[in-house]
Amino acid sequence: MKDFEIFGNKDTRSGFGAGLAELGRTNKDVVALCADLTGSLKMDEFLKENPERFFQMGIAEANMMSVAAGMTIGGKIPFTGTFANFSTGRVYDQIRQSIAYSQKNVKICASHAGLTLGEDGATHQILEDIGMMKMLPNMTVIVPADFNQTKQATIAIAKHNGPVYLRFGRPVMPIFVPADANFVIGKADVLTEGTDVTIIACGHLVWKSIEAAKILSEKGISVELINMHTIKPLDVQAILKSVQKTKCVVTAEEHMMNGGLGDSVAQVLSQNFLAPQEYVAVNDSFGESGTPMELMTKYGIDTQNVVDAALKAIGRK
Amino acid sequence: MLKSVSNRSMERVELERIASQIRRDIVRMVAGVNSGHPGGSLGCADFLTFLYFDVMKHNPKNFTMDGIGEDLFFLSNGHISPVWYSVLARSGYFSVADLGTFRKLSSKLQGHPSTDKKLPGIRMASGSLGQGLSVAIGAAQVKKMNKDASFVFCLHGDGELQEGQIWEAAMYAAANNVDNLIATIDYNGRQIDGDVEDVLSLGNLNDKWQAFGWHVLEMDGHNFMDMNNVMQKAQSLCGNGKPVVIIMKTEMGQGVDFMVGSHKWHGVAPNPEQLANALSQLEETLGDY
Repeated sequence: MKDFEIFGNKDTRSGFGAGLAELGRTNKDVVALCADLTGSLKMDEFLKENPERFFQMGIAEANMMSVAAGMTIGGKIPFTGTFANFSTGRVYDQIRQSIAYSQKNVKICASHAGLTLGEDGATHQILEDIGMMKMLPNMTVIVPADFNQTKQATIAIAKHNGPVYLRFGRPVMPIFVPADANFVIGKADVLTEGTDVTIIACGHLVWKSIEAAKILSEKGISVELINMHTIKPLDVQAILKSVQKTKCVVTAEEHMMNGGLGDSVAQVLSQNFLAPQEYVAVNDSFGESGTPMELMTKYGIDTQNVVDAALKAIGRK
Repeated sequence: MLKSVSNRSMERVELERIASQIRRDIVRMVAGVNSGHPGGSLGCADFLTFLYFDVMKHNPKNFTMDGIGEDLFFLSNGHISPVWYSVLARSGYFSVADLGTFRKLSSKLQGHPSTDKKLPGIRMASGSLGQGLSVAIGAAQVKKMNKDASFVFCLHGDGELQEGQIWEAAMYAAANNVDNLIATIDYNGRQIDGDVEDVLSLGNLNDKWQAFGWHVLEMDGHNFMDMNNVMQKAQSLCGNGKPVVIIMKTEMGQGVDFMVGSHKWHGVAPNPEQLANALSQLEETLGDY
């Protein structure tokens, strides 16, 4: 397997902050709203450079979502920022009626998603958000894999006309997407080509899957690894092209097994091409306090889980 | 077709004639599909007639989502869609014949207002209560950013004020000097389960809004002279750093004697006999659809 060049280590939320700052300089219609988490969302730079386009909403997320929807009337492109839990579950009805159903050009930017939020525990570790957001008609759902890709995705969604859910996280992770990569919404990145098993991952699990692919490669197993950064619209062709070749698949995500990337892939396979699928995801459980990496291990979404799932999927062919 | 914009030049008698036709439209639309919300619709018929035919600067023949240079209106209590649809049609946003499609399959006139079927005049879906004040605030803030000196209006039910988001929005608007916004509360004192006072009392509403930092005005929603005076006052208060709310006293079911003043007609359609009775009380002034 090819070696991935590592361009440093950063958190994906900082990629969002960097992308938003760039949008502040290049797109005068972009406005940012934040519910008392400016530092956590890395929105400080945008605020410093564009105070007249930054709206501090206080701890009032429902109001934030509907104000953002209203701000699209008159031509602004609002980016909302808060934790993933408060970006989705807390405000589902506001998003459903005022943003998704009303087809408003709001970008819902959600940090600290999943278990890797860490020590704050299960109240803040949302693992259902991808499911909730992908079920909404008109909604685009993007889960970028590293700092560079989050920055690129942030810039890309400003050019996309329609509601978007952009999910990223807190922990520092390796950067492997080149800074000059071309991010295309809805077009999966095939990171390695292989013939024995397809691994389809999103978010932090892409890096874990790169590590797993190395281990599998040392065992003589040829992995095709796909970074499925866009959950909706799903790149169906990329999935089918790969699985028709490898005849089995592993999906890997920092999300509940119910309703996440894995279920989207299973839907494609059940309707088009039957193949064994193994899930690396959280199995119907809330999280708890701990370090991000401890939690990934305990809840079964670590490198070894991807390796084990691949071997199991291959065994079921 | 009536001219839509006349900036307070319209005679009170003329507004009453329009409102009578709008009330006919409301009961016919609701009876036609045996569903919908006549009570609050009838109660707001005078206000929305006044707003659309005598207050707002708007362009019914060339509706744009962004509404640059126009006054905007958001209906937060979306269940009174019949009155809004009738006022929009009678203003010229779309054909009055479309009123006959209300709540029917594939209609642009959904049970609650929506944008997805592109009905001219509607900029935001509503129905799930409590969201429209926030939406109006967002639109008002953008008008200020765009140096657009138009007004943003929104209408809310009194029962709707039980939604917590209203008070998030109220706090935010005052803290951020959203002073190009005039919110109106349809204070009819009724909601589905009974009197608002019994279901969940709003307490002293005037004091609440004042404590949240708003200019508070009171208005008789069935008296065009009073509405004219209060709205002029409301518009003159804009631009002074504080948002404006009008607590508008109305009667649910106003204009139909067996519906007026009762929560029982909040969401119930009249049967054919009741419809005939209601129509006998409402003069056909502009021609039924």
